[in-house]
Amino acid sequence: MLRSRLFEEAISKLWHDGLISGEMHLGTGEEAIIAGVISHLREDDSMALDHRGTAALFMRGVDPVLILRELMGYPDGLCGGMGGHMHLLSKEHLAASSGIVGAAGPTAAGFALAAQHLRPGALAVAFFGDGAMNQGMLMESMNLASAWRLSVLFVCKDDGWAITTQSEKLTGGDLNDRARGLGIPAVDVDGLDVSAVWETAQEVMEKIRSGKGPIFLHANCVHLEGHFLGYQLLKIARAPLKEMPEISVPLTRAFLRPGGANLRKRLSGLKTIISAVMSTVRDPRQDETNDPVSQARTVLQSDSERLQELEDRIEKEITDVLASALEEVPS
Amino acid sequence: MKSMFFTQAIDDALAQAMAEDPCIILLGEDIPLLRRNLLVRFGPERVRGTPISESAFLGAGVAAAMAGLRPVVEMYMVDFLGVCIDALLNHAAKVEMFSGGKWSAPVVVRAPCGGGYGDGGQHEQSLWGWLAHIPGLTVVVPSTPADAGGLMLAALQYDGPVIFLEHKLLSESWLEFLGSGGRQNVQYDVPPEGAHGPVPQKWEPLPIGKATLRCSGEDLTIVSVGVGVHRALKAAELLGAEGISATVLDLKTIAPLDKVALCEVVSQTGRVLVVDEDYESFGLSGEVSAILQEEGVSFKYTRVCTQTTIPYARNLEDQTLPNVERICAKAKALVRGFGKSLAQEDGN
Repeated sequence: MLRSRLFEEAISKLWHDGLISGEMHLGTGEEAIIAGVISHLREDDSMALDHRGTAALFMRGVDPVLILRELMGYPDGLCGGMGGHMHLLSKEHLAASSGIVGAAGPTAAGFALAAQHLRPGALAVAFFGDGAMNQGMLMESMNLASAWRLSVLFVCKDDGWAITTQSEKLTGGDLNDRARGLGIPAVDVDGLDVSAVWETAQEVMEKIRSGKGPIFLHANCVHLEGHFLGYQLLKIARAPLKEMPEISVPLTRAFLRPGGANLRKRLSGLKTIISAVMSTVRDPRQDETNDPVSQARTVLQSDSERLQELEDRIEKEITDVLASALEEVPS
Repeated sequence: MKSMFFTQAIDDALAQAMAEDPCIILLGEDIPLLRRNLLVRFGPERVRGTPISESAFLGAGVAAAMAGLRPVVEMYMVDFLGVCIDALLNHAAKVEMFSGGKWSAPVVVRAPCGGGYGDGGQHEQSLWGWLAHIPGLTVVVPSTPADAGGLMLAALQYDGPVIFLEHKLLSESWLEFLGSGGRQNVQYDVPPEGAHGPVPQKWEPLPIGKATLRCSGEDLTIVSVGVGVHRALKAAELLGAEGISATVLDLKTIAPLDKVALCEVVSQTGRVLVVDEDYESFGLSGEVSAILQEEGVSFKYTRVCTQTTIPYARNLEDQTLPNVERICAKAKALVRGFGKSLAQEDGN
């Protein structure tokens, strides 16, 4: 977890330095979920990842230098500089990412179908967010996996947000009930507590391996950088004086402009925006207990000397990774 | 004279139309934040956020259009139409024909498109040729703020489904949202005349299916849309310095294509170079050639298009998307004869 955190902080630095051009979605805040599940993967298992797959690939053992060089678009990156961060693929690890929300569902179902024929006992993990739960292809895949008793662990990393939209406002019913409605057992776990995830994942993954069909693991988390780096709502929350004038001037002008809805409806529109900003301002990120790495650190404080040794070693490791990644592009 | 940024112009035209026609509603993911200025003026009933359920909300938009509303359905990116193409391919495009011309689906699908900012091959496609291939769909691709606003207004008045594509490299807000994220240390090759420009005091609809001549020359005609128009204009300037004068025709609408203007300008120069950011095979560039041949125009032909999946690496991406160097090389080869220079260009 700590390795992954420092690794992704290095990615963040590369992005802020302008070495990564477009979007960058970090998995900081969801490490406990990823680590707790991936620890139980065996050699033949496969992974279907979303647009936020770097932590999972890193923990699965993909060379971190290759990942970083891919993110910078180098020809000797993981995918030859062709894929980029939302499209990281490692055939060797049977791991495929996609930038299409919900695509992890059909991918995991297909990986599990291949496993049924070619790699008995192997399972496929699908990682996705709560936003993806409203995507048809994911729901259809859950049904398919249930009907065919495919060995899929559907892992919903629930941070309560679908990009800039609060999920609860646009999601009907309960996610666990949805899975159960498709004949898939649903299990809740505290996604901030790596031990809890580890234990629960072990139990459910054993069940899946025994051929009982898919299981839905529902884990909460808080994404420390929001949807992606440069996330608008976080920028407003973190630097309101800098960001607000640019937004509020045209907003006020539009609010006051004649023609359009009545005052009540206009106020209701304004409330929607204020609510999204306010729930970001009341930022759960400020509470350290919502950070799985801080939580783990607190637990490990009991042996502070060993923890310090661990932190120093990992920091050096990631510094070395970053240094290798920043080496010259081969001609 | 009033001037605006590209997306600002679209939203402004949209606001003007919404104030006049209560049947226009907006729906799409994150719309309350992305179109916040419309939300606070027209209220949450008309500016609606959706779950990440493209098949559901695009399909619903099509049917709502059939039932009397004028929905503008926003996709996060044209690439994501892959998730829900059924609503367009098998429904919106076919209602009019299936009903014997008695019913239509006047839905506007607004989607950012195009590359040039390092987002990879699943988020930077153009796909207008893929969409225009389907009978029953109208596809517009503006290249300036004035055209963007005017064509949006026309799309809203059109009696059938219109796909309105908004190039991200021209859009001040999409480029900030998906590209720079507020950073000052990343650069994109944004054509300034496309990103910001004069707009009318009051929006008037521009005719759908009408191309515009951007500059006139004698040696060849460069035909393009979107950002490609600006690359072509830059190329025309450089070619001019080398004694080659080029006409640049901005198609503005892919379907229906302005055949009259196309045939007229190509007849005058006898040479045509299609610059198309969409994929080369089975698309707009081939269609241009087919139309000219069907109409009996005598011409020499070449094209600069996107041939492969767009690479993530910025340097490779710049080579893959039509750029000024490739346009100039092909133009010179076209005018001076297909000799050594073209063979070299193709070998790159």
